[in-house]
Amino acid sequence: MRHPLLVGVAAIVAIGLGAAAWVAMHPGPLPAPPAAAMPAAKGAGRTDATTKMIERGEYLARMGDCVACHTEPTSHAFAGGRAMATPFGNLYTSNITPDDEYGIGLWTADDFYRMMHTGISRDGTLLYPAMPFAQYTKVTRADSDAIFAYLQSLIPVKQKNRPHELRFPFNKRELLVGWRTLYFRQGEYQPDPSQNAQWNRGAYLVEGLGHCTMCHTAVNMLGGSKESKEFEGGMIPNQNWYAPSLTSNREAGLGDWSLKDIGDLLQVGISHRATVYGPMAEVVYNSLQYMNDEDTAAMAVYLKALPKRDADALPPSSARLVEPAVMESGQKTYLRQCAVCHHSEGKGYPPHYPPLAGNQSITMASPVNSIRMVLNGGYPPGTRKNSRPHGMPPFAHLLKDDEVAAVITYIRVAWNNTGTPVTTTQVNDLRKLLPE
Amino acid sequence: MPRRLLACAALALAAGTSIAQDEAIPRFKQVDSMEARVQGCVTCHGHEGQGTRSGYFPRIAGKPAGYLYNQLVAFRDGTRKYAPMNYLVAYLPDDYLKQMAQHYAKLRPAFAPREPSTADAATIDRGKTLVAAGDASKQLPACTSCHGAGLTGMEPGVPGLVGLRPAYIAAQLTRWRVGERRAADPDCMRRIALRLSEGDIAAVAAYMSLQDPPADPSPESTNLVRMPFACGSQR
Repeated sequence: MRHPLLVGVAAIVAIGLGAAAWVAMHPGPLPAPPAAAMPAAKGAGRTDATTKMIERGEYLARMGDCVACHTEPTSHAFAGGRAMATPFGNLYTSNITPDDEYGIGLWTADDFYRMMHTGISRDGTLLYPAMPFAQYTKVTRADSDAIFAYLQSLIPVKQKNRPHELRFPFNKRELLVGWRTLYFRQGEYQPDPSQNAQWNRGAYLVEGLGHCTMCHTAVNMLGGSKESKEFEGGMIPNQNWYAPSLTSNREAGLGDWSLKDIGDLLQVGISHRATVYGPMAEVVYNSLQYMNDEDTAAMAVYLKALPKRDADALPPSSARLVEPAVMESGQKTYLRQCAVCHHSEGKGYPPHYPPLAGNQSITMASPVNSIRMVLNGGYPPGTRKNSRPHGMPPFAHLLKDDEVAAVITYIRVAWNNTGTPVTTTQVNDLRKLLPE
Repeated sequence: MPRRLLACAALALAAGTSIAQDEAIPRFKQVDSMEARVQGCVTCHGHEGQGTRSGYFPRIAGKPAGYLYNQLVAFRDGTRKYAPMNYLVAYLPDDYLKQMAQHYAKLRPAFAPREPSTADAATIDRGKTLVAAGDASKQLPACTSCHGAGLTGMEPGVPGLVGLRPAYIAAQLTRWRVGERRAADPDCMRRIALRLSEGDIAAVAAYMSLQDPPADPSPESTNLVRMPFACGSQR
């Protein structure tokens, strides 16, 4: 405060840092250890109060998907060390096993709650918002204590934390003060008395441990996300996937979905309406498949009830005009390569092969995910309720950019779908970014 | 059941060979079947795992299930790096990967016609020596001593090499030599790859790709022969 100029500079840098942090929030897919590789809670099977608390903590830790970021794929679960790439250098996640020297062995439940609730570590350092404390702040003290009890019960791993490799000035944690002022609102979840217990449970999970808004909220130019834009979707930086809006029926708005389909998508990974791939497949694989049926239903109720904020009207019919030659080429490719799984009329064979007719993820404004799927294919996650998912093959090596554009244009406008044509350039731009 | 599968495979192949691209187009009979589940593999590895026209995508049919499983796990966990494969299998559990491996291990589709070789006689001759006899001066055992007399591999973890194309063989040996590809310790293949020159790799790839598959392309049983080096994937 004594040096206004410095404060101003700090604020500007903090904005940049916010962008970096935002990107860091989204690691690439974790070739995760299978669920069985997660260390079992010590004392599992005994039914005393401690056992119950640890088991609840294990469940909540899965809901928070701690393991996905705090595990280096080829190393021990929760021992950290996973690189999270940002344009300003790499962040490395920390060891959260109870090792006294390198982990959280000497932490108390108070320390842990302060970290979850305020984003301030035991030694007073400010955490980068790659750690979703802006969401975890909503977690109750009792749940925080249970997660802490679970982590304390794990086998300590003596693995030193790797220092972050952020370039100056982004390595100055004091600058996080600016980011926090702009984007961090501290406070536990407050139940909405006008809603029932199920809705409130869903809201608590989605807004808190689930940290869904980290991807499903647009990032503004300052690298932060505004509450008013919550759940409105956006591109996931560094991953080239589009996280669709959960409030728009033109995207992944769930307003006209059945609760069963919403729950299945989250917990099973497939449904009669759509299937998860990419970053959402990671979330289902590591986290949501372990959610019990009651919490799944609560999440579905909350998501279905999200207010509709359809910003854009349906594209006018003029925007949906397609050259007959393109339509013909797209249909030819579709019938030859796609119809065997997705049906000649786009009905699919749900839930194993998703429908394309009436599928919001096909018709939404951003064609990014559709282009990715045609180029790279994809497998939904193997889950407890769908352990052997059906996969889609890559077509990047069989179809040229104009053929990909034509077939995606075709599925976006055929069968009364309300999408708009895709250009060869859009396909080419993504092809250059994707793994070959 | 395996016999019926084989018959289906043979039929499918007979129908498919006339139009080469068809082998890369998804098709299946029943949604609830392994055949339908592995449609994610067919555009690169062919409908029966026989490979496709692209020289880089390997034949996977008939390789030992243990080998195929080790590769799928390595792709999932990122210890074998090939981005399109790493992406596809990233969230698949062990049991399922094992079933996929067993599925392809059982298939015996016909082999694709050989690619014409551009290698000269001396290269092919050097390749023949390395494959069939090895090179004692470089402490290189014959490829056949582990990969089988007919290069069809050995249960449970040594891959068959017959039917692979030179681009793939050379690329994999090179990756092994520079340390990008590894197997379970003790990594016997790395010991061998480190002793191969670039010329040796080209020679082995050229000669191997000219070999006709034996009448029975199944892998050899384990422990019929003593292996020159201990291999982690055979344990």
